[in-house]
Amino acid sequence: MIIKTENLTYTYSSGTPFEKVAVDDVNIEIQEGDFVGVIGHTGSGKSTLIQHFNGLLKPTSGKVYVNGKDIWANKGDVLKVRFEVGLVFQYPEHQLFEETVYKDIAFGPGNMGLTKREIDDRVNEAMAFTGLSEEFKEKSPFDLSGGQKRRVAIAGVIAMRPKVLILDEPTAGLDPKGRDKILNQIKEYHKKTGSTVLLVSHSMEDIARFAKKVLVMNKSKVFDFDTTENIFKRYDKLKAMGLNVPQVTNVFHTLIKNGVDVPDNVYTTDYAKERILELLSKKGGVLND
Amino acid sequence: MESLIHTEHLKFEYQNEEETYVALDDIDLDVNEGEFVAVLGHNGSGKSTLAKHFNAILVPTSGRCIVDGLDTCEDDELFNIRQRVGMVFQNPDNQIVATIVEEDVAFALENLGVDPQQIRQRVDDALKKVDMYKFREHAPHQLSGGQKQRVAIAGVIAMRPKCIVLDEPTAMLDPKGRREVLNTIMELNKEYKTTVIIITHYMDEAALADRIVVVDHTKKVMEGTPKEVFSQVEKLKDLGLDVPQVTELCYKLRQNGVNVPCDIITEEECVKELQRLLEE
Repeated sequence: MIIKTENLTYTYSSGTPFEKVAVDDVNIEIQEGDFVGVIGHTGSGKSTLIQHFNGLLKPTSGKVYVNGKDIWANKGDVLKVRFEVGLVFQYPEHQLFEETVYKDIAFGPGNMGLTKREIDDRVNEAMAFTGLSEEFKEKSPFDLSGGQKRRVAIAGVIAMRPKVLILDEPTAGLDPKGRDKILNQIKEYHKKTGSTVLLVSHSMEDIARFAKKVLVMNKSKVFDFDTTENIFKRYDKLKAMGLNVPQVTNVFHTLIKNGVDVPDNVYTTDYAKERILELLSKKGGVLND
Repeated sequence: MESLIHTEHLKFEYQNEEETYVALDDIDLDVNEGEFVAVLGHNGSGKSTLAKHFNAILVPTSGRCIVDGLDTCEDDELFNIRQRVGMVFQNPDNQIVATIVEEDVAFALENLGVDPQQIRQRVDDALKKVDMYKFREHAPHQLSGGQKQRVAIAGVIAMRPKCIVLDEPTAMLDPKGRREVLNTIMELNKEYKTTVIIITHYMDEAALADRIVVVDHTKKVMEGTPKEVFSQVEKLKDLGLDVPQVTELCYKLRQNGVNVPCDIITEEECVKELQRLLEE
């Protein structure tokens, strides 16, 4: 278990008229090597929750364990958690600040007390993962395109080799090509390093394509945490909450309502295609050739 | 039909000290009054540069851009052009200037010297059209992204433009905010016959348009109804664009020899087709 919370509760502006419970009694366990999608409405508490995982926020009550250790047991230890759990914020390119791409990516590892050589290795590795070629190193991050800047920002977190990588809406505002590129690089990173990835996204299509498990937040509580397949099976509940589901999931559930016998666990186009082909071949004779 | 916006061999070059580079090249485009047009293209394709020509924020290096009969290259017409075509940008926070919603919506009208009573009426009218009237006395920072973006739209329609151009208006919004803004845009177009040009990365938004224009590497490369454009799945993918999931599913089925049409772009059509196939 890489991350575990026990009765985690967080209250904003406690003791003022603006008091708001943003995370309410959350108990979850995330296994090492998982790829978890985090979904929920704006204001559901998902961003507040993930900021607890690397100790950016301290629980009002309850506990957060990373790798079995209570991260707030010793106040001084919480900094180490930041190296173990890397957090990429929304629009991370706004946080670039160094003169060159190299320096910006090296900033995190530089704080870890590593040798120059080791830092160099990590920057190279992180650049490779995010698809930034050698020529970018000496460029100013501010001369790059939006998608490139974002990759530099992600590389800066990857360079710390965190055991857990958390990304809050990493594709917001990107075009389809840029979006697929970043998501595929994250998938590749996940596969090669075996690290745990948490992906916060409003795009159900992206969650469906990449996440193995899905955590659904609603009104400050964990609404559901299960495999992606099971989550999208509970179609009616997601819809009732006002969340979107992938288009193909909508189509298949409408077919079921219309009395057509199709599976209820469809959420990607490839899977949908396979199921339809299977059903057609059972019937026989519909294929053209 | 008389076109509201007309471009002819429109070319635009950006310049800095060392070099010039072409952002748009030889664009011929017509947008008719009352039409809803979506412009697609990947980042850097030139689509935002094109949008900025429609209300003379940029003017062609060569070629022409005519808005409601007015040439955008004529400095004297600038004022008239901006009143006819309003722009809404991606980030709502960069567009709101006042501390109270209704004052923000009134801002442009005050600058135009509109009679105060008229201002009152136009502001109320605009806020009702975007369904933000009950928030008229709120401070913008208390609003959600979708609400702020609708206030920005109200500020534009209070000027009673013939056309509104929206440059990725939903890119920074959550799904709920996106729905709100899209519904508002659709209503403006259908109910009030405002001409709408939307630049977007969301294929489901483009699918709602009357016509889609695809821009790639400074050129207009595709144009047609959503059905005509989205049925060319491979070409769109080559351009780094996407198609709606239902279109992709039907495309994949067709590749496997299943007899489904190539112009399915909505969930309803897809349901109907699959039901036909499976119950046949």
